[in-house]
Amino acid sequence: MASIEAKGLRKTFGKSTVALDGVNLKVEEGRILGLIGPNGAGKSTALNAILGLIPFEGDLTVMGRNPWTQRDLLMRDVCFIADVAVLPRWMKVCDAVDYVAGVHPRFDRAKADRFLARTTIKRESRVRELSKGMVTQLHLALVMAIDARLLVLDEPTLGLDLLFRKQFYDTLLNDYFDHTRTIVVTTHQVEEIEDILTDVMFINRGKIVLDSSMGDLETRYVELMAAPQQAAEARLYKPLHERQVFGRSVMLFENVPRERLAPLGELRTPSIADLFVAIIGGASANTLGAAA
Amino acid sequence: MSTFSDTVPDGAPDSAFDQGATAAQSVLAPTRPFYWSVRRELWEHRAFYLGPLIAGGVVLFGLVLSVINVSHHLHGAWQDKMRGAGELLAIPYGVAAFAILATAIIVGVFYCLGALHNERRDRSLLFWKSLPVSDLTTVLAKAAMPLVVLPVVTFAIILATQMVMVVLNTLALVLHGMDPAMTFTAVPWGRMTLVLAYGLVAVSLWWAPVYAWLLLVSAWAKRAPFLWAVLPPLALCLVEKIAFDTGNLWSVITYRLGGAFEAAFSYPQKGDEVAHDVLPHIDLGGFLATPGLWSGLVFAVACIAGAVWFRRNREPI
Repeated sequence: MASIEAKGLRKTFGKSTVALDGVNLKVEEGRILGLIGPNGAGKSTALNAILGLIPFEGDLTVMGRNPWTQRDLLMRDVCFIADVAVLPRWMKVCDAVDYVAGVHPRFDRAKADRFLARTTIKRESRVRELSKGMVTQLHLALVMAIDARLLVLDEPTLGLDLLFRKQFYDTLLNDYFDHTRTIVVTTHQVEEIEDILTDVMFINRGKIVLDSSMGDLETRYVELMAAPQQAAEARLYKPLHERQVFGRSVMLFENVPRERLAPLGELRTPSIADLFVAIIGGASANTLGAAA
Repeated sequence: MSTFSDTVPDGAPDSAFDQGATAAQSVLAPTRPFYWSVRRELWEHRAFYLGPLIAGGVVLFGLVLSVINVSHHLHGAWQDKMRGAGELLAIPYGVAAFAILATAIIVGVFYCLGALHNERRDRSLLFWKSLPVSDLTTVLAKAAMPLVVLPVVTFAIILATQMVMVVLNTLALVLHGMDPAMTFTAVPWGRMTLVLAYGLVAVSLWWAPVYAWLLLVSAWAKRAPFLWAVLPPLALCLVEKIAFDTGNLWSVITYRLGGAFEAAFSYPQKGDEVAHDVLPHIDLGGFLATPGLWSGLVFAVACIAGAVWFRRNREPI
């Protein structure tokens, strides 16, 4: 069963702003999807629609439910961390655990306690007394103790230092993901998550511009670092994008067989950041580099 | 709790219990989210009990300071064999009840103004909405705070304060060589407690539209919910005054804010033989027959429905 399925998903704000412009997408169970796009591309709007936070036009089914009309039921199967620091600042750590245990039928308190025991968070502390990293650890402990089918993370590590970010994704992958759950994550720090993703989607100006599994990316795209004298010849294969690195041309090709390009220079599989710049940076020059 | 919980066997009964509780929850779910929503409101808003408690403390402190004066006064009254000595003795109890009730109402008003506004402002709305609690449950839990929790807490704190006052009064009477039994015989305890309980319920019902209106504004306003709650009604009053030179809306508002006791109790007229009685008379029939009670409740339900709608549709600000 698909965890998320959208057909012609549209969302407009006011009369002129189109945040989602007929999005079609399908996320199968057991995938880790990276939803990547420049600021204002529609990522958050898409996630908000999926989480039942905003009404929408078109068809959208999440875990077999309409998120707008059945948000409270949906939230038994879906968890989300919308942002860092949305935990109420007045709340005590132990109260947060009690509350989630009280309202969520699928919360495993023992599990949450185990996760918290690994941190330095004191149970009597209030959220406002915790560092940003600790708040994220607490939120993650709460979320991971819920036996949910779909976890949505919207910029879950924004503003955290490198160690916390690394730890966040390691914990998620080692202690949570089990190939039956689905995870959707958006972040600007693409390079940190690309190793854990199974699928990637680029969204720009309310439209999905790339939807691929990570495996397919490797066969579909190739990057060539061409020697100067071979650059002109390489350009005949119509690169999607070209940039200069240390005086050499780096070109990105789509669906060009590697054996043809091999004689022209060094080949490598492009990173998601490279693809992002090539596909979205090319389409809207002012958002160039937003993925970094 | 500890790092050992994985390995030490005594962690097992705990988790087994938790799983049992979890299984039971998924069956009897409907009231649990409501119960926990109310509990979490109490965690956040300690003013609900601290406010009335402090008011009670202030009253007691004042009483301790004045105990000499009051008992001198009583001494005189006692010696004059004045009929109303018991009622005179009951007056401080009424004052204490009023002080605590007034504090509670202020707490309730400010609670309602922030209840659906603060969670949007600090974005914690996104956390609350990530849990399987419907907007209806949330808003009803928030409405129950001033309408149900506050009167119950206020009742308990008033009673507790009055009990301490009894002890202080008895001590004062003994110190001045008077019969301490007077506190117990002369003050109409049963009736006073009944009047108190009835009064608190009546005030809650009467004020329900006020609280509900504040909740609605709290759910709707992007900023300054207090101003949005207060200024538009005042502006309408002004418009009415200028355009028609009438004050109908103004009287509706003042009637609502100040008319609870008038509607719920009947006060003895001058010249009645019970005129010395300081306790108001419960007039349940009259209260239930007051159209203002029912129109107010209808307005309250409409406001709460509106608040639920906004809770569902509004985003963090």
